[in-house]
Amino acid sequence: MDAQTQIELFTTMLTIRRFEERVAAEFYAGNIFGFIHSYIGQEAIATGVCRHLTTEDRIVSHHRGHGHCIAKGADMKRMMAEILGKKTGYCKGKGGSMHIADFSIGMLGADGIVGAGLPIATGAALAAKLEGKRNVAAVFFGDGACQEGEFHEALNLAAIWKLPLLFVCENNHYGVNTPASYSLAAGEITRMPAAYHIPNKAVHGNDVETVHEAAEEAIGLLRQGEGPYFLECETYRWHKHYLSDVLVDLRPPEELESWANKCPVAAFQAKLLRENVLTRADLERIDQEILGKVEEAYRYGLESPYPEPEDALEDVYSS
Amino acid sequence: MREITYEQAATEAILEEFRRDPRTVHLATDPIPELEQEFGPERIRVTPIAENSFVGAAIGLAGSGFRTVANLRMATFGFVAMDQFMNHAAKITYMFGGQAKFPILYRMTVGAGISAAAEHSVTPYPMYMNAPGLKVILPATPYDVKGLFKTALRDNNPVVSFEHVALAELKGEVPEEEYFIPFGQAAVRREGTDVTVVALAKMVHESLAAADELAAEGISLEVIDPRTLVPLDRTTIFESLRKTGRLVVVDEACQTCGAAAEIVALVTSDPETFAALKSAPARVCGLDVPIPFSPPMENYAIPNKAKIVAAVRTAMG
Repeated sequence: MDAQTQIELFTTMLTIRRFEERVAAEFYAGNIFGFIHSYIGQEAIATGVCRHLTTEDRIVSHHRGHGHCIAKGADMKRMMAEILGKKTGYCKGKGGSMHIADFSIGMLGADGIVGAGLPIATGAALAAKLEGKRNVAAVFFGDGACQEGEFHEALNLAAIWKLPLLFVCENNHYGVNTPASYSLAAGEITRMPAAYHIPNKAVHGNDVETVHEAAEEAIGLLRQGEGPYFLECETYRWHKHYLSDVLVDLRPPEELESWANKCPVAAFQAKLLRENVLTRADLERIDQEILGKVEEAYRYGLESPYPEPEDALEDVYSS
Repeated sequence: MREITYEQAATEAILEEFRRDPRTVHLATDPIPELEQEFGPERIRVTPIAENSFVGAAIGLAGSGFRTVANLRMATFGFVAMDQFMNHAAKITYMFGGQAKFPILYRMTVGAGISAAAEHSVTPYPMYMNAPGLKVILPATPYDVKGLFKTALRDNNPVVSFEHVALAELKGEVPEEEYFIPFGQAAVRREGTDVTVVALAKMVHESLAAADELAAEGISLEVIDPRTLVPLDRTTIFESLRKTGRLVVVDEACQTCGAAAEIVALVTSDPETFAALKSAPARVCGLDVPIPFSPPMENYAIPNKAKIVAAVRTAMG
């Protein structure tokens, strides 16, 4: 992989990390309300996949969606404004953290119902197929979604219609506190797409270069009209299911610790230093730039006005 | 004027709009042959029996700039796709702040009377009326189904069409020329002076039959067909009541929390219309039971001409 790509991947991952750290800090300081599902720990997946997508390619995200927005090129200012419930947010304050969308860049929205984005993504993929411009769609979901009927319906539909749809399973091993090892009879997740004759691969989802390489191959096949592809990325979320003072986290502490040692950002940073792609000074500069942008985004959100109460009546229907 | 069936009129509207707009897709487990012949299998797609996936696919298509007609066949199968209807189709325009438009026409049949038993005889449009973000249409004649579909296929929102199963073969006059029926505009099917009967779907026809019978006794019914439930033309209903002062709402759906209840509530909470009432508003609805299979019980459970006549007589006092 060339140095420029490595630096861009690293920058995107670190941007997601810093954004999510700020959101968590402001949440626990009482400045953000509602449900926040942190993407920390899973940054390599959105980053490695979205690097291969253009604004003409469409994605559908899930409740833990901030990373996908950033990796797809969304504006952090409007994201932060949305998370803060402000009028200048992507959804004018009607969606919040769980429902950020930017249709202008092909980000068809984060969806708060586990598994529900999958059927919607089949529609986006069908649109790409009918347009005939070799565009593709990608849908992000977790191991939890693999337990839903909609998951199986979407696999079947994508397979029989040969849709250019990349299934990206972010297997973080838990649905809230219930382990996938309990919930999924299939054991290995890729056995399910295999049953639908969908080409598939399971990769280490915390290694951004591995994800990037696997996604490149998969999306290449999609653009050739080979039908859907299923990429399972093994990962782990660092925070609780959602940020909360009261929600219990029943995952074993030693497991959390072992995955913290497999931090996607730190691992890639160490590699870039080791291979002299970046110096410590470069890292510091990149980090400061990102922190500046995150600060700018938070300030923008903070200083933006709230919607008027009666704005609640708008946008129920389109004209 | 030529006469065609309700189903032919519906198909004609789809054919015309699909010719006009190439970014249109039809999803159904069993496609309409005329559509398939003219537009081919890429746009007229046969779906697996997987309602959530194709109700959801229509949303993804819409968000990607395509207009979709998704035919679920019977409303009982709509329940299978309730996640996509209620959590997504109804909310997606709003939740994303109106960034994108979601032009979709969902079709399904409703109604009892064909010995199809409880699951396949449902009339659930009140549930969909209770989900802001969806438009709900209820075409009762061949003329209306074509005109309402033409409007639905230019609308930029998810529209759910409920078509009574007994109407498919109904013949009626449908002009050759293009026309549109705007949403939120009721049809006064028969003018009258004594009792306003607001009737939905197949009950429009039962109510007109009741009006014929009662006319012989000198009782004059005004029969109103709202045609669309969301939006609902309350003005036409209010104006009629200020003339007649008596209201009977006829709907095959279960009585509890139904469209009829909503119409009665709107009438009684409008001060001027309420003041014009001469008798208590009445509902003639499906009984609050799952529809039974055996004809004597099934007929007992749903409204008919005799029940409408009886309710009108009570309203007349």
